[in-house]
Amino acid sequence: MNNLLVLPVLLPMAIAVLLMFFRTKTQLQRVIGLLGGIANVGIAATIVLRVREHGIQTLQLGGWAPPYGIVFVADMFAALLVLAASITGLAVLIYSFSTIGQKREEHYYYTFFHFLLVGVYGSFLTGDIFNLFVFFEVMLISSYALITLGGSKKQMREAPKYLLINILSSTLFVAAVAYLYAAVGTLNMAHLSQRIAEAGQGGVLNVIAVLFLVVFSLKAGLFLFFWLPGSYAAPPFAVRALFGALLTKVGLYAIVRTFTLIFPYDSSLTHTWIGGMAAATMILGGIGAAAYRDIPRILNYNVLIGVGFVAFGLSTGTRDGMEGVVFYMLHDILSKGLMFVLGGMLIAAAGTDRLDGMGGLIRRRPGLGWMFFILALALAGIPPLSGFAGKVLIVRGGLEDGMLTLSLVALASSLLTLYSIIKIFREAFWGVEPQTEPEAEMSKARPGLANVSAVLLLLFVIGLGVGANGVYGPVSQAGETLADPSLYIEAVLKE
Amino acid sequence: MPKGSDIFLQNVSKIVVFLVLAFALYLFFTGHGSPGGGFIAGLMSAGALLLLALAYDIETVRKVVPFDFKLITAIGLLIALGTGTGALLFGQPFLKHAFGHFDLPLLGDTELHTALIFDLGVYLAVVGVTMTILLTIGEDR
Repeated sequence: MNNLLVLPVLLPMAIAVLLMFFRTKTQLQRVIGLLGGIANVGIAATIVLRVREHGIQTLQLGGWAPPYGIVFVADMFAALLVLAASITGLAVLIYSFSTIGQKREEHYYYTFFHFLLVGVYGSFLTGDIFNLFVFFEVMLISSYALITLGGSKKQMREAPKYLLINILSSTLFVAAVAYLYAAVGTLNMAHLSQRIAEAGQGGVLNVIAVLFLVVFSLKAGLFLFFWLPGSYAAPPFAVRALFGALLTKVGLYAIVRTFTLIFPYDSSLTHTWIGGMAAATMILGGIGAAAYRDIPRILNYNVLIGVGFVAFGLSTGTRDGMEGVVFYMLHDILSKGLMFVLGGMLIAAAGTDRLDGMGGLIRRRPGLGWMFFILALALAGIPPLSGFAGKVLIVRGGLEDGMLTLSLVALASSLLTLYSIIKIFREAFWGVEPQTEPEAEMSKARPGLANVSAVLLLLFVIGLGVGANGVYGPVSQAGETLADPSLYIEAVLKE
Repeated sequence: MPKGSDIFLQNVSKIVVFLVLAFALYLFFTGHGSPGGGFIAGLMSAGALLLLALAYDIETVRKVVPFDFKLITAIGLLIALGTGTGALLFGQPFLKHAFGHFDLPLLGDTELHTALIFDLGVYLAVVGVTMTILLTIGEDR
């Protein structure tokens, strides 16, 4: 019994409901949201510390013991992801203050924002596969609202595609859960793992595993990402930051959790598939990032490269690979949030999203320029910054497992990441400023708060890289749980 | 719709609306032991209000229920959330419910359960959401 675990879900939910009462009082909404966001970082940090000291924490909702009731489980992996997500959530919230605009704020923007966080934290913490589906839906329905809120022509064009693909994948999710329930007769993840181990994964259980892979890949943008570059270019940048940093990561988390806990017993089939899809994602994402000359697309394809990297780490199945997955996902949540925040600031400063219309911004916005440069290095994985440790661990895991080609693909995709972001940096910040009236957009926005948000994220991106040694302890603990599902099962089913 | 042309509909509705609401109330309270519960009771109540809107007009519904339906949704969510959170105050796990037998003046020995309060939240949320959808689409001409 440990009610701490439900607080990351409970607090944003309470805030979201409360904010429905003060629709027009945007200042009050901001203050409440900000306080809640800060409190949530504190709660998440407390959970991480507690898991560090006492091992995996569980909470049986309503006092019903698993496998009969729903459990919330915080192993180190989930706890760290909740912490990273709450930091990014807080930063994006601050970024929203100055960029989202009064009209959207008055139409329940912050309510949807907090409900989305409820879905994300809940997905990380739940220990029940149907409850995972429910939290997915909480997250997705909020994202439908956020992607359409404002009703611009572009949003109306892209949102139906996004809705359709997610409704399709959610239906497949329910079907997959139904098959799984019919096959083994339980929904609790730990209990599922136990039963599948007893029955021996193979035959129909492998079919179900692949069905889950398809479902989560659609959500995470792993190979089945055709919907992502267009959809993520529609909403305002604050919403994009939230999507790019959190939504695909929840899909990835579900893949990692499913294939390390529930279906880890026939890795020659499933993990080979994941590896192939990871390679395809990294190659196609890299090509997309290198090919385009407008900033939204370059950023969106960079999200895909990150997804491919994590899937590659998972497919290695080694202890190093698992630690790399944890480290890289932490880096990815923080740095993708930062990437979209900086991208939004850059476009606001330049007044256009085409690289051809930009140039010479380093004279006007030197701070933004150098932050962008550091981001480029962090995304590519240059040593003192956050991307390095994760990539090293993942590639080492790949080489240990004899996956030479995939490791080379991964390294090449890092190069393409670096090339695509440096391309933005070179063309937007150097050269001669084109003769336009760039201040028109800027005068509306208050860049001060956007800067606070960017600096906050940048500090964590640098901190995660410089302090990699300090972070490695918890990350290693998380990797241990992922590599050995029996730890999770024992923690959940012991009582 | 011109007034008077649908006198049958309006007069029948006056009676049927109360029958439907009474049935909704029955469904709400019977949910623990037999089919029913907050969700279907909420839909039923929204159905009664919809009948009123069809027989008269939306203004009549607004007069009968003079609250913002979005706020009713919010209140419902708050109640549901509150019953779950209440357990935290007693040092119990989230969503732990309690029940007991009470000697009520008219009903005699009655079993009261905090799940009923949760259901009340569900009920209000369902009524609020359904009516918001219906009225938003209905007024958007």
